[in-house]
Amino acid sequence: MPEHPDPADALVIAGEKFSSRLIMGTGGAPNLEELEQALLASGTELTTVALRRVDPTMQGSLFDMLRRTGIRPLPNTAGCFTARDAVRTAELGREALETDWVKVEVVADERTLLPDPIELLEATEQLVDKGFVVLAYTNDDPILARRLAEAGVAAVMPLGAPIGSGMGVRNPYNLAIILEEATVPIVLDAGVGTASDAAIAMELGCDAVLLASAVTRARDPVAMARAMRLAVEAGRLARLAGRIPRRLYAEASTPFDGLADL
Amino acid sequence: MTVTVNGEPRGFPDVVTVDGLVTALGWDRRGLAIAVNGEVVPRSLWGDHTVLDGDQIEVLTIAQGG
Repeated sequence: MPEHPDPADALVIAGEKFSSRLIMGTGGAPNLEELEQALLASGTELTTVALRRVDPTMQGSLFDMLRRTGIRPLPNTAGCFTARDAVRTAELGREALETDWVKVEVVADERTLLPDPIELLEATEQLVDKGFVVLAYTNDDPILARRLAEAGVAAVMPLGAPIGSGMGVRNPYNLAIILEEATVPIVLDAGVGTASDAAIAMELGCDAVLLASAVTRARDPVAMARAMRLAVEAGRLARLAGRIPRRLYAEASTPFDGLADL
Repeated sequence: MTVTVNGEPRGFPDVVTVDGLVTALGWDRRGLAIAVNGEVVPRSLWGDHTVLDGDQIEVLTIAQGG
């Protein structure tokens, strides 16, 4: 088993500490049992949930499972296309879970699921005014990230690539600009396809990674959850350790001094 | 009195509050959130908020997603 992450290197969002830097989504799992096993294998302490109409025929309760495992639920506004709907959904999430935390996402269309920046900023400003702790899912746009931080979000969560695309971090240069001027934690959210994507996000300096489909839709979700846990830890350690610079030509690791004259 | 709950019409014999409606539905009330005609009714007001004939009621809970 992996060593536990250094407790002194906790992720802190709005004053709350998390020893795991992997935030999981719950979407895409075939059933609650597999989801529970995957969440446990991931080591996550925070997981997003959606708000939907009660289905009295539903087997098992996500609410009970999260209580049992002690994983903190983070209600989101998935499925919202307008600021108005996102604010209403956030208010419903606050009532359902008795938490002020919300992951705000306001997407532009179903084909790309890309955030609508205008509606997102509007929703964020209203939610901050209403006292929510807002974690904002956003495009990898440094200026929008700056505007969200100025609006008072607790975390900026830029995408690596569209939701569920598994394309990884497509614009590491934009991400680097976002990270350079970050004033709140930056969470790479969406686009992770496999473990190396999560590691790259952490190596680039992200504070955490949020993913769902890469685990829940993997052939073996539990194994992939563990892979993601290790990748996030490895990426974090590598970031802190300080990588060597990239060079075009070799730099010998073995000294030429003392070489035999043959 | 007839109200719409999650898109389906439902009849109630008497005047009910939101709290009474949740009891009548028989659903687990933990983790629920309720909106009446698009406005969220905080849990603390469930006992005071009277449901009116024709109200559109949404009863939501957490689900897998995101």
